[in-house]
Amino acid sequence: MARYEIFVTYKKGIFDPPGATAARALTSLGYSEVEDVKIGKYITLDVADGPDEAARVREMCDKLLANPVIEDYRIVEAQGSVSAG
Amino acid sequence: MRFGVVRFPGSNCEQDVVIACRYLGFDVDYIWHGDTDLAGFDAVVLPGGFSYGDYIRTGAVARFSPVMGEVVRFAERGGPVLGICNGFQILTEAHMLPGAMLRNRGLKFICETVPLRVEESACQWTGVPAGTVLRIPINHNEGNYTCDPETLAAMEAAGQVVLRYCEPDGTRAPGGSAPNGAFDDIAGICNERGNVFGLMPHPERVVDPEANGTDGQTFFTRIVERLAGV
Repeated sequence: MARYEIFVTYKKGIFDPPGATAARALTSLGYSEVEDVKIGKYITLDVADGPDEAARVREMCDKLLANPVIEDYRIVEAQGSVSAG
Repeated sequence: MRFGVVRFPGSNCEQDVVIACRYLGFDVDYIWHGDTDLAGFDAVVLPGGFSYGDYIRTGAVARFSPVMGEVVRFAERGGPVLGICNGFQILTEAHMLPGAMLRNRGLKFICETVPLRVEESACQWTGVPAGTVLRIPINHNEGNYTCDPETLAAMEAAGQVVLRYCEPDGTRAPGGSAPNGAFDDIAGICNERGNVFGLMPHPERVVDPEANGTDGQTFFTRIVERLAGV
């Protein structure tokens, strides 16, 4: 079994309402150094070993976990952090 | 002529659509999201609500419901499909309409009746002249429509922009009139053929003059007329 970590973020140029709101809130809390905030999603996926494993994880992202119209995703295979069951 | 209203787990406006159709004198029935047969239905409505709890993204799971494959084929054959609110979100997720939905600008859930300008379009569901201002309620958290400028230009050229948020007199404010921040004030769009129509406002809630007004009637009556060859 392998664990994949998936980071989903808005594509460049797509307005991020939660990020913009957090940036305003941080500024009003006195953190005037904050220039930009982007908020995305973090997903972990445990999958059984298989021949097309990585390709199938990408397919899962394209199909369901991210919307390619507005979002990018980054897949990181976690090393040695998964125990079966 | 019979409308079919799809019931997804988490839909909550399907009864309003059924009541609106019956009020207007049209035959209508529910379609379970697990069904794969649309025989006997002449128009399909994807209603508002929170299908599958809006998990992952609004409409992202509902688009894989068993019924959706048949809805896609129905639309490809030219069958009229109307997506209201969550239904519109499902149509974009299913790539039956271009673009996507973001959270409302300001993160506010917006529930209010708003003015909407009818644009010149290919939409088969629109029965009032371009320039008409309709007042229809919106009720959503993710209605901040977005697409890239090239897609907007292509939609404009093909007459796919159907409804825009506007000021009460039909003009658009320089900074935008969309309460949710939607790109170019877009409230409703259709596909190139005009048979698939998605909008964030809820026309089914403004059908009975004793409840809010009648500005929503046109979409239901027009598609019935069109199917009857009028």
